[in-house]
Amino acid sequence: MRRLILRRLASTVLVLLGLTMIVFGLSHATGDPRLLYLSTQKKYSAEEWEAQGEALGLNKPLVVQYGLWLGRAVRGNFGESFVSKRNSLDDILEKLPATLQLSGVAITVSILLGVPLGVFSAVKRGTFFDYVGRNFAILGQSVPAFWLALVLIYVFSVELGWLPTSRRGDWSHYVLPVTVLGWYPTAGLLRLTRSSMLEVLDSEYIKLARAKGASTLRIIWLHAFRNALIAPVTYTMIMLANFLTGTVVVETVFAWPGIGWLAINAALNTDFPMITGLALVFGVIFLFFSFVADICYGFLDPRIRYG
Amino acid sequence: MASIDLMESNSHPLRALTKAYDFFRRWPVIPVAVVLILLLSAIFAPLVAPYDPLDGDLRARNVSPFWTEEGSSKYLFGTDHIGRDILSRTIHGGRVSFQVAAAVLVAGAGVGTLVGLASGYMGGIVDEIFMRLTDFAFAMPFIVIALVASVVWGPSLLLVIILLSIFTWPPFARQVRAEALQLKEADYVALAHVAGASGFRIAFRHILPGVFPTVLVLSSLQVGFLVLTESVLSFLGVGIPPPQPSWGNIVAGGRDYISTAWWISFFPGVAILLVVFSMNFCGDWLRDKLDPRLRQL
Repeated sequence: MRRLILRRLASTVLVLLGLTMIVFGLSHATGDPRLLYLSTQKKYSAEEWEAQGEALGLNKPLVVQYGLWLGRAVRGNFGESFVSKRNSLDDILEKLPATLQLSGVAITVSILLGVPLGVFSAVKRGTFFDYVGRNFAILGQSVPAFWLALVLIYVFSVELGWLPTSRRGDWSHYVLPVTVLGWYPTAGLLRLTRSSMLEVLDSEYIKLARAKGASTLRIIWLHAFRNALIAPVTYTMIMLANFLTGTVVVETVFAWPGIGWLAINAALNTDFPMITGLALVFGVIFLFFSFVADICYGFLDPRIRYG
Repeated sequence: MASIDLMESNSHPLRALTKAYDFFRRWPVIPVAVVLILLLSAIFAPLVAPYDPLDGDLRARNVSPFWTEEGSSKYLFGTDHIGRDILSRTIHGGRVSFQVAAAVLVAGAGVGTLVGLASGYMGGIVDEIFMRLTDFAFAMPFIVIALVASVVWGPSLLLVIILLSIFTWPPFARQVRAEALQLKEADYVALAHVAGASGFRIAFRHILPGVFPTVLVLSSLQVGFLVLTESVLSFLGVGIPPPQPSWGNIVAGGRDYISTAWWISFFPGVAILLVVFSMNFCGDWLRDKLDPRLRQL
């Protein structure tokens, strides 16, 4: 187990380094990185231009520039945002709690819905409920989140006037964003739980448990469920890593002031210091959950641990 | 008593429904038809679309769909805030989606298959390098790279295709490698070896056809994902830049008018939903047909 953790940790650090190289490389992709670090909206003097070049170390070799840039990034200095005129990390940390709250609620709801429905769908396989559940899942994986958000806003906010359209606030502000953000992972969990449950229910030891007369409830929850859980737990972690795209979309539509909203505004304002800061924060979050997913997998499944 | 039994076993309405569902699951005529209709109308968009997708009639702004009270039969799905026909824009928007999906599949599936084939067949150091590269590409957060790249180069159709291709080849490489590893051990490959076939010939003439079903299944499952991702990027303003209509940016354009003109955002979204749902359905179906091991999962 320790070897597995160490190995995964090493590769995660390597991937993170690779990501920083890509982001750094992109800052040089259009030629002079000063064009990205100096806002295009206002004019700047020749001195400012030279000073920026000095700050980025442009007269030094590329490797040294990368080292300098990485050193600043590790110390949390991504450069001054064009929009807020502050270090972009300050802005990011200020907006992070809003994103964590929304994602936390969404993920809890999808686990509480997706897993039990998946088990039920597997146990009641081939019945009407199973068909409804599965199609609900396929639909959830096909519906474009941004469009669903707009449709829900139109129905529940504009027409019925029940729920607010945007911003943070009391519980009613959570209903629509959580529905949009949570449907896809719920659908994924349902399908995955169902299929791994079916696989386990078909195995020999379940047949033995049936043969020795264990009750159906006992078989489902005590014998089958625990082994069927490996895939959903791992998927939950991968899902958390992939929540980034979802939060960007949902926060944009619902004007939820989190880091996804920040990312889109940075992209539209071509705010390069901010977008690089976000890229690295997103990258760390993403790689952290991918790492946890791998560890969970090894922890839950001895075949991985010793393989 | 007999009549009750009969009722319970045959004429229950839910039972009939599940039976119909079973039929359409075995023969996905509806999804195939939906995709074909949308694909053909996209290809022949200039002939099919009633109006120019870019040129609006300012005297006909925010006209509602034809079945509503203020609607007009001239504009079936209504018009947007500068009088452009939503139906025409949706039809033209499909061109972008299918173009992106096709280009990315050719590039992504092509590169992925070649990498997987080389990795699986040659093994050794080539395998090691390619697989580490695949792991690396898998570990990259897509949206992050996409946002940074769009800031650096500015959004464009080409950028969307390149970005999506970079994230499409890894699953192909992994799957094809796994298949190639198995096929390499097959008796007919050993026979080809004995018969004096070159490594190149074995890889391309004997192993490649064997992995083809996997590539096909994976491709069909990817189409929905690609259409969806392209539309997300375009909606966020980092994909296809307006005025060229794409489903994502039409929906985005209607966002500010959601309380007064819901139809601007509604119809292109339905198009996305139809294509993605149908393609996911077809992909599942194809997988069941071509790869029986995965059936019923």
